Amino acid sequence: MSVDSRRNGRTALVFHTLFVIFLMAPLVVVILVAFTPNGYLSYPTSGFSLRWFRAILDRPDFIEAFYHSLNLGLVAATLATVMSVPAALALARFQFVGRDFLNGLFLSPLMIPHIVLGVAFLGFFSQIGLGGTFASLVFAHVIIVMPYTLRLILAAVMGLDRETERAAVSLGASAFTSFRRITLPQMLPGIAGGWMLAFITSFDELTMTVFVASPSNTTLPVKMYNYIEQTVDPLLASVSTVIIVLTVAFMLVLDRFYGLDRVLSGKG
Amino acid sequence: MTAMTIEIPNRERATSRFRSQRWIPFWLSGPAAIFFLILLGLPLLMTLALSFYTFDYTQGIGETLTVSHYAEVLSDSYFHEIFLRTYAISLVTTLLCVLLGAPEAYILYRMRNPWRSIFLLVTLGPLLISVVVRTLGWVLLIGGNGLLSHAMQALGLAGTRGFSLMYTHTGVVIAMVHVLVPFMVISVWASLRKLDMSTNDAALSLGASPFTALRRVIFPQILPGVLSGSLIVFALTASYFATPSIIGGRRLKVVATSVYDEYLSSMNWPLGATIAVVLLILNVIIVMSYSRWVENRFRRTLGEGGA
Repeated sequence: MSVDSRRNGRTALVFHTLFVIFLMAPLVVVILVAFTPNGYLSYPTSGFSLRWFRAILDRPDFIEAFYHSLNLGLVAATLATVMSVPAALALARFQFVGRDFLNGLFLSPLMIPHIVLGVAFLGFFSQIGLGGTFASLVFAHVIIVMPYTLRLILAAVMGLDRETERAAVSLGASAFTSFRRITLPQMLPGIAGGWMLAFITSFDELTMTVFVASPSNTTLPVKMYNYIEQTVDPLLASVSTVIIVLTVAFMLVLDRFYGLDRVLSGKG
Repeated sequence: MTAMTIEIPNRERATSRFRSQRWIPFWLSGPAAIFFLILLGLPLLMTLALSFYTFDYTQGIGETLTVSHYAEVLSDSYFHEIFLRTYAISLVTTLLCVLLGAPEAYILYRMRNPWRSIFLLVTLGPLLISVVVRTLGWVLLIGGNGLLSHAMQALGLAGTRGFSLMYTHTGVVIAMVHVLVPFMVISVWASLRKLDMSTNDAALSLGASPFTALRRVIFPQILPGVLSGSLIVFALTASYFATPSIIGGRRLKVVATSVYDEYLSSMNWPLGATIAVVLLILNVIIVMSYSRWVENRFRRTLGEGGA
């Protein structure tokens, strides 16, 4: 009986199937439309064609936006990680004045709607003369991804066994050596998981970036959003298909590395 | 003489080492703290300040201070409608996410590997795929020339003009549920991992029906996950931009799209800043009062259990 109670009944499986169809349908439709041989939005009923994938190559603006997004994600995630490692050590291992304030400050971007951050950055960066620059995109993205890197790295620091560090120090290692040889390697999975979640968050961000980006410094989501506002054609579907394939590959790596449910419970 | 000159720096070094020990956490968190205070604190304060400046369509942002934008947002029925619509959409989206996400999380929990890992990936994976891509999928599904329209025509449920859910509340809610339901699954999943299945077996062996065991034993244990998932979904929907903007368009304005329009179409930054500030304040009030309500509720339940 106990085994039976842990099994899903028929109703549960029907529900599950419908749920998975609901989740997958829009993605499947995007991929199907990308292969249409027609010049307009349609399903590839009369055969598959790669013409809309070739069409991407004729759009240097999309390719440039893709590279901007990639660079932005790499730089923002790395900067956020570099600042999060020492900050996480401070928050996890020291009791000091302002500790709770800093913890709240670093996590606050999760509480502030991205639309509010967007207008705040737009006003600020145009005021200080950085409006529309790549640097302003990087600064804004570091702010929104740092809660993710900090959370995962903080969790990694909290889970450390401090005995090995003490042993290293008692055997004559300097504080720095023990950090480099003992602490840091143990934190690495958390650091890598945090970096990857930060990268994908930055790569996908639209709402805030719409305000900070400029025509010369735009990201792929912003480019696509502006395009959808004008027209919806199969080019969007083929670009989206490329994004889906790349994201799925990235997701499999992330899952192998860290466990997707563990990473994403830090996302909420 | 030489001893003294050596001794003094030594003592100094000792005290400075003691001092530097105390300052270590500040050195460690300093860069991030300064970064956040300047690049997050200042922009937010400037936006708050901006919302009090006058605005004129010919002269732009004025020099004098006013509360007229707040008066406008709080009294104009145009803005009331936008805020009401936004929170209505959020409420319906949250309820649907509970109804779909919580059972799905439980079904996933009862699956065995490899199915469990595969479907967990399928359920949570979309969170990593760009919102623009996911919303585009819904445009292709529910738009005038979409799959839904063709299906309805084939079934004779729609006329030859086709059937579209674009620019409707239904369309926005469907796409929002799709975008946000993984957050509910992950939240319930987190509390399921702490679930003790033997309590369920105990209930069953004591004669409870599977449904009663689900309602009285399992559900109370995953309730915290449902409640925190609801908060995440509600707060995110209330300030969501991409999906309402693409599916709802200009006909179904929500708070986030009206901020966007004030800033980038009307160029009325002070009014846009005001809407943004009101949205932020409402969000904070909702999150804090909800958390307090949940805390009180659980304290009461625990108190009853103890007595």
